[in-house]
This record gives sequence, C-alpha cells and structure tokens, in this order.
Amino acid sequence: MEILVCVKRVPDLSENELELNGSDIERDGLVYSVNEPDNYAVEEALRMVQDSGGHVTVATVGGSDDEEVLRREMAMGANTGVLLSDDAFEGSDGRGVATILKAYVQKNNFDLILTGVEADDGAAQVGGMLAAMLDYPFASLVTSIEQNGGKTIKISREIEGGAKELNEIDLPCVLSIQTGINEPRYVGMRGLKQVASREIPEYDAAALGVAGVGAAGAKVTRLDYFLPPAGAGAEMLGGDRDENIARVIELLKAKGGVS
Amino acid sequence: MARIFAYVPHAGGVADEAAAELLTAAAKIDAGAAPVAILTGSGPELDQAAESLKPLYSEIWKVSAEALAQPNAEVVRKALIEVIPAGSIVLVPHSHFGWDLSPGLSIKLNAAYLPDVLDIVAVGGGSLTAVRTEFGGQISVHVRCDISTGVVINTRPGAFAAAAPSASGAVVDKPITSDLTSGRRYLQTIEAEGGDVDITKQNVLVSIGRGIQEADNIEIAQELADALGCAVSCSRPVVDAKWLDKSRQIGSSGKTVKPKVYLALGISGSFQHLAGLKGNPFIIAVNKNSKAPIFRVAQVGIVDDILEFMPALTERVRQQGSMAQGAGR
Repeated sequence: MEILVCVKRVPDLSENELELNGSDIERDGLVYSVNEPDNYAVEEALRMVQDSGGHVTVATVGGSDDEEVLRREMAMGANTGVLLSDDAFEGSDGRGVATILKAYVQKNNFDLILTGVEADDGAAQVGGMLAAMLDYPFASLVTSIEQNGGKTIKISREIEGGAKELNEIDLPCVLSIQTGINEPRYVGMRGLKQVASREIPEYDAAALGVAGVGAAGAKVTRLDYFLPPAGAGAEMLGGDRDENIARVIELLKAKGGVS
Repeated sequence: MARIFAYVPHAGGVADEAAAELLTAAAKIDAGAAPVAILTGSGPELDQAAESLKPLYSEIWKVSAEALAQPNAEVVRKALIEVIPAGSIVLVPHSHFGWDLSPGLSIKLNAAYLPDVLDIVAVGGGSLTAVRTEFGGQISVHVRCDISTGVVINTRPGAFAAAAPSASGAVVDKPITSDLTSGRRYLQTIEAEGGDVDITKQNVLVSIGRGIQEADNIEIAQELADALGCAVSCSRPVVDAKWLDKSRQIGSSGKTVKPKVYLALGISGSFQHLAGLKGNPFIIAVNKNSKAPIFRVAQVGIVDDILEFMPALTERVRQQGSMAQGAGR
C-alpha cells in the first residue's frame, strides 16, 4: 500500500507557556515539534506497510524550518519526506493547504492518505477538505484500521460516550487518525542522525501547478490572538503547599460530603 | 443576507439539544433571519425529531431516504448539497458528526469553513468575524471569514445559549433525487464497554491528565483516591497512553459524570473533556501551567506540580483518619 501522511510543525505545548505579543503569540524562544496526533498517523501507516508492503511518504506544507518534522517522521521509519514550499503558500487557510496537498496527491498514486486528528489550530479541517476535493471517501476520528489486501478497508471511528462506529471504506480514501490508536515508536538521536543527510524533495507552486492559495486566496484570516475571557475564574490559592492542602481538605469536607 | 440553515443531528427520535443553540448563533448573524432547520434520516424517528423542532424553527426541512437511516456523514453530505442553495450560511454542531461532515461540505458548497466557533461578533460587507480557540484552548483568536460564496459554521456545543421556543413551525418534505451511494458504508455501532469502577456514581473524583507523566505515577493518584474513599478518573491523554482503561475517561468521547467535587490534577481542560462534566461540580484544579484553561472553569486553582501535591495531600488525609465519602464504589 502506498500511504501519504500529512504532518505539521507546531508549537510544543508541553515545552511552552504561551504568551501574547501584541496581536500574535510571542514567537521568540518558542519550542516547536511535530503535531503530536501526526505521530499516531505515521505509526499506523508504518504498521500497515509492515503487514502488507508498500511505502510511507510524509509531506508538509511550509518552509525550511519544517524539514525537521519530516526528518523526525523519517527517523520513525517513513520512507520519504516531501516539502511543499513556496512563498505563495504563506498565509494559506485550511482550504489553501488542502488545495496544495491535492495537487501533490494528483501527481502520485496513493492508496491511502492519513492526517492527525487535529493540529494546533483545533480546526480538524484539512483531511476532510482534501477528500472532498479529490472525491475520495473520508472518515474522521479513526481508532482502528483493518486491511484485507483488497480494495476496501474496515475502520472504526470514535463517536460520543466512548462508543465506536464500524465502517467499510473504499480505497483510495482519506482518514483522520485519532490519538490512542497505537503507541507511536520512540525516536532517538541515533535514528535522527541516520536520516540527517537524506534528501528531501521540494515542490513549489509551479511544480505543483497550484494557484489561488496563500494569504490572497484565503477565505479565512486570523485578525488577532487574545487571552480568553477569565469568566468567573478560579480563586487561585497563593499559599504554600501545606496551606493549600489544608484548604483543599476543608473544601472536600464542605462540598464533597467527605467526612 | 443569505439564507441561514441549521443542520440538526438526531438519534432515537430526539433532536440534538444544540438545535436551540444554533438558533442563537443564527440570530447573532442576522437578528431578522428565519433560519431553516434541516434534518436527514428516515422513518418515524426522523418524523418525531422534525416535529419536536416546531417550537424552535418556523420551517423544518425533512430530508428522508433509506440511505440516510444510518449515521454516515458522506451520505448526508450528498443529500445536503442537493437541497442547500449556493451562497447559504449553514450552521452545524461541532460534534463527532459535525467534525466528519463539515470540512467536505464546505468544499462541495464552495463555501468558507469556520470550525469550532464560540461566538460571532461582527457581520457585514460580505464577511463575518468569529471567535475560536487555538493551542488546546489556551489562546483565543478572532477570525474574519469571507462569506460571499456562503459559509459552513460549526458551533462548539454549549458556547451559544439555548434560544427559548417561540415559533410554531411547519415541516416541509424535501425529496432527494441524487444517487446517495457512497464509498464509505456504515456497518455497526459498538457501545462503550463497562469498566471495573463506575466513575459516574462518585461524589468525589481524583481525575488525572497529561501531568501524571508516566504509568508508574498512576499509583500516586490511586493512593489519594483510596485515602479519600473515591475513584480515579482521567482525561484523554492518560487513556491514549494506555495507563488507564477507556472506562475511566471523562469527556465527549468518554463518560459523563456528575460528582460533587472534581479534583482536576494535571488536566489542561479541553472543551472535549469539560463536556463530560455535568451537574456543576465544585472543581479544584492543580496544574503547573498557570495559563491552563481549566483555571477558567474551576472554582479553586492551585499552581503546583501534581506529583508533589498529590502525595502531600494523601498524607494529610491519612493523618486526619477516615474521610470515607460513603459513596457507592
């Protein structure tokens, strides 16, 4: 099976406390990593080709800084990393990113396209848009994939309340992979070193034949970031740990019926 | 102003409670609009759900077909493309189904897409400005959207107040003539499995999130729960890592709970997690990150490392002797 996994480089929320800088977030000193859900998608692709043969390609839309996430996924085992990069892509909205990916997909022969369930913007949109543009079937929030060597696969997708829905879906298709579907393998320094000098092919707007993307073509534009309204907000306990614990025990007794 | 449609999912003859929230969102876009509810499905359950919307919507479009009987966003999308006119404003709840349906729907309608919208703050001149969140809910953002060719807006459940019923609507049958066969076919639904502990019946929950860091630390939370005589629950990352069973997960993809006190320990507080907390529990949140969204909904917050806080709390509870809550375990 030929599998494409679309990945994205995002601010690593486990490494940063985000601050505002004017109408943007403070970008100085921000630590980036691959969007965590994308690791589950890459892991699932690697397991599928391990079972039935084929190749895994990882692609991202971005600039030279974004190569590092491609290399990370190549260190996991992806065969090829591809960078879709052009100044004209900057400021693309979800539809623009999907348009760029569509052009790349149409130059290849993928049986399956995977994305992580969502990225830093919480939009969860590119996979579904890409599928609609390609007229491929789509399913989101996928929690298992079963292949049978044929032209269809069986998937489960997460729905409300911990229940699952089973579907059969024709290939080629696009799936957004939910976290927890597998346990993504560890990537160490050694693995990263092994792929450090591998060539990463780049495709620009002309090579892909893409126009109308980027900021000018975007239907959706960010105006400003701001801190969410505090709402009622928590009463923050500023005491030392012992004082805070004493207060928590009082509250457990008063509010929780703990005696 | 373009026509406004509200796509209302339903199950077992009951319309999604977001139906009344979509009405509020529609009024924010155009106070004078008469939004049209659209339901897809088949049989008496569809009829019942459509009827139930009469007090809310003046017009309810009922799209009935055998192929729409099962939940399948691919099929629903095909039906909606046939009935919704170009340039429309389409509102959808940002549920598991809306998540599946809407990105592709926006492409097929050649409309813009705004996912997970919390508020609509300005409309005019062919554009609409909405509020969303990014970075796991830590930061809000204003986005402006060109709606000149229409827009699909997914609204976050609970973000818009429910509108009061003030209509006496009519149900209109909308026949479908297009081919609804799809490359994705529904097979069956598998209900959630029960677990060893019923977290839905606890007065107090010791609930852990990503801040627990590793499997070995689960025991620290369990010791606190034992001392308090309650149970350990968790947010999604703990289940993803296979450190606790799925039956312990709280949220829209897990269990819905109604404790009296909710100890949120190392939980950031995504909206999917908070959707599983009902009955206005008293939330005490402990998190290393002072900007964690959980502090905006908690009653009491403490910035601390849970791996140090939990054992200290456990020890103090033990010193004070029995604190058994007496709730069913």
